Amino acid sequence: MWKSGLKQLAAAAGLLGLMSAGAVAQDKELIIGMQCDRTGPTQIVGTTLCPAYHDYVALINSKGGVEGWKIKVIEIDHEYKVPPAMEAHERFKKEGAIFHSVYGTPQIAALAKKLEEDKMAATSPGFGSAAAADGKRFPYIFPVAATYWSQATVAVQFAKKQLGGNLKGKKIAYIFFDNPAGKEPIGVLEDLAKAEGFQMRTFGVPSPGIEMGAQILDITGRFKPDFVIAHLFGRAPAVAIKELKGKGFPLSKVVGFVWASSEADILAAGGWNIAEGYHTLQYAGVGRDYQVIRDIEAMYKAQNKEIPKQMIDNSVMYNRGIFQAAIQIEAIRLAVVAKKGEKPTGQDVRDAFERVKNFTLGGLAPPLAITPEDHEGGGWVQVWTVKGGKFVKTTDWQQAYRDVIKKHLADEAKK
Amino acid sequence: MFHREAGTFKTSYAKDMALFPLPIAKGAAAFFLATVAVAIPAAVLTGLMHEYYLTIFTQIFIAIVGALGLNILVGWTGQISIGHAAFMSVGAYTVGNLVTKVPHEIFGGPMPFWLTIPAGGLMAALIGTVVGIPSLRIKGTYLAIATLASQLIIEWIINHTPAISGGAGASIQVPRPTLFGNELKTPMEIYYFTLFFAVVAIVATMNLVRSRIGRAFVAIRDQDIAAEIIGINIFRYKLLSFAISSFYAGVCGVLFAYYSSIANYEAFQINISIDYLAMIIIGGLGSVLGTILGVIFVQLLPVAIREVVTAYGGYVIANPEQMQLDSLLRTLMIWGIPLLVLLAVRRFVSLGFWTRLIVTLLAIVPAAMTALGVLTYLFGSQFANTSALSAMAASLKLIIFGMLIIFFLVVEPEGLARLWRNVRNYFRVWPFSY
Repeated sequence: MWKSGLKQLAAAAGLLGLMSAGAVAQDKELIIGMQCDRTGPTQIVGTTLCPAYHDYVALINSKGGVEGWKIKVIEIDHEYKVPPAMEAHERFKKEGAIFHSVYGTPQIAALAKKLEEDKMAATSPGFGSAAAADGKRFPYIFPVAATYWSQATVAVQFAKKQLGGNLKGKKIAYIFFDNPAGKEPIGVLEDLAKAEGFQMRTFGVPSPGIEMGAQILDITGRFKPDFVIAHLFGRAPAVAIKELKGKGFPLSKVVGFVWASSEADILAAGGWNIAEGYHTLQYAGVGRDYQVIRDIEAMYKAQNKEIPKQMIDNSVMYNRGIFQAAIQIEAIRLAVVAKKGEKPTGQDVRDAFERVKNFTLGGLAPPLAITPEDHEGGGWVQVWTVKGGKFVKTTDWQQAYRDVIKKHLADEAKK
Repeated sequence: MFHREAGTFKTSYAKDMALFPLPIAKGAAAFFLATVAVAIPAAVLTGLMHEYYLTIFTQIFIAIVGALGLNILVGWTGQISIGHAAFMSVGAYTVGNLVTKVPHEIFGGPMPFWLTIPAGGLMAALIGTVVGIPSLRIKGTYLAIATLASQLIIEWIINHTPAISGGAGASIQVPRPTLFGNELKTPMEIYYFTLFFAVVAIVATMNLVRSRIGRAFVAIRDQDIAAEIIGINIFRYKLLSFAISSFYAGVCGVLFAYYSSIANYEAFQINISIDYLAMIIIGGLGSVLGTILGVIFVQLLPVAIREVVTAYGGYVIANPEQMQLDSLLRTLMIWGIPLLVLLAVRRFVSLGFWTRLIVTLLAIVPAAMTALGVLTYLFGSQFANTSALSAMAASLKLIIFGMLIIFFLVVEPEGLARLWRNVRNYFRVWPFSY
């Protein structure tokens, strides 16, 4: 009895020893801290985006890593709450992370100062403040993807093209989720309305945005716009599509911002037939026709595993996860190259970000040109349209009215 | 014995009212204070403990201030509030506006924290008093809904008033607090900064509840009509309770704004109000110790579960992505939450043992089955990949956390504080229990 207990103890000690040996063996690795929301209010994004992120990292590691360095991702789920995100930052510092992949608008706002103090860079693709595109004011934050301001400019340019190249005297409705993120582009839209001579009216939808009959009726019945720009989150985009369709408004005259544009939204609205013609803005490519996606499929095949369901069902969010991981790892690669193969610091990765150029991932990523002034990389968006049961690319990467954005950034900096 | 009392030997009112009736209580308080004020920082400075852990403590300290405030209202005065986080945002925006709009020439920099903290508290107290007015006419669930409305109204007002919110982003940068010209920005400095206010809040609450005001609160909680008959001005004390509670919330909001360097109402939404209610219900209504235990429970447990699952989960779990975890979670929510509310309601305690057992089983069985189902289905010795493990950790965190809340409340509906008291009472006469 006593002896067997001893044996078990010895076995346990041996196992513990093995475990710690395993931990020590992989010393040539770079650590990225990654926040995620798999269980909170935006889990519809996180449950697809985060696995995609890990898939890309696994792909890079299976090819030998970044210049010989393996990438290790520490993920922390914060349920879209701020305190766990702040805790996560300290945790990542403890683990020696060289980069912090932040997720969520309130989270990046709360961490902005901390990142600067700790000299650790972060990306905020598709969320966060548009003012963060100003690299001089926010040296450690990289929006990377088009901010809401840039999305607004492209949406107006797209509307202009769809309405025959002239917006003079036209009416555009802006329906938005009534929170800070939803209100952010209003200033830019108002400026564009003045410059292009169109009439703009805003329609706020209160959280959680599943009841907007009044706003849609106001749009379709009273305002009768020539074009609708929708900036909605969560379940709201689906409701908007359904309601607009129900009131007989042509969906080909509607463009949704990046969080109103995933396959999940279309399905929730009642399917591809219902949403036929609906335009969406995308900051990463849609679908599976990219080399990097094929590589990941091959990686899964090589391991005799099924490819992840999300990759097919929700390619919009999946590809955004790929884009997010890829752009960060590209910056880390540049940092390693600059250090001639030595381990980069958080500061090195930040500096490398400002040199990211010509990194398009075979068309999945926009043609970014990140500079010390412009951390947004140009504000590139593609328009994809619902056509025959899938998203079809309507325009290639485009940017618009950069002077208006510059003016707004300058105004913000003066505040 | 130094820690036992063998009877009541108090000969003066002062002794009867003492904060620490027994020497051991004084010793314990000194011990815990020494631990947080000296031992933990020393451990960090000498490298025994990583700086990271200070952040967890800092968040606990900030939450203690807010939770104590809520407990004064809910635990001691018996008025419910689901709008506590909104008062925190009032405090946060007060400091945000004061540090940016008050001319920097007056103080040679942004307004110092020793002014902004009381100012944030007072502003929240003012608004809290207004919100408390319905409590004069309505009680219980009705008041809960009224305070819920206040949460939404305050959020809406902040969101739609640029003069308060500072523009479309509804966030105001708050500079770090300065003390004698020194910016408090390292985790250690922030740790001491928040610790100070947590200690002040704890001492203030302990004194408040044994004062005339505190006793009036308790009288109102126990039976408001009787309290009125013995001469307690219900109008005044109910509003006072709301004011004091909101003052704490405001201070908590200011501290959080300093901690995160930003005032942003999105950090104080309804889920945070619920979190604070959970803290005091788990910890123990009407108990300072309970509040502290509840805060530690709610803040620490998710972190602990996450760390354990990510560290060891890989040894037992493989391929969790094949499971439909979100549907399992939903089942759990549907079962768990109403029962949790039921457990929290005082009347449930009087339902009798068997009813309680059955209801508890109804809550725990599906929860346990889901967890067991996940584990057995996936049992294997393979290592899971990082992605799957992270997904697992995120979901398990919620499942285990919910189950533990149910468990603790079933074991002791009056919270962790009562649990601790039971243990202490047992050992007080040990080994000569009767």
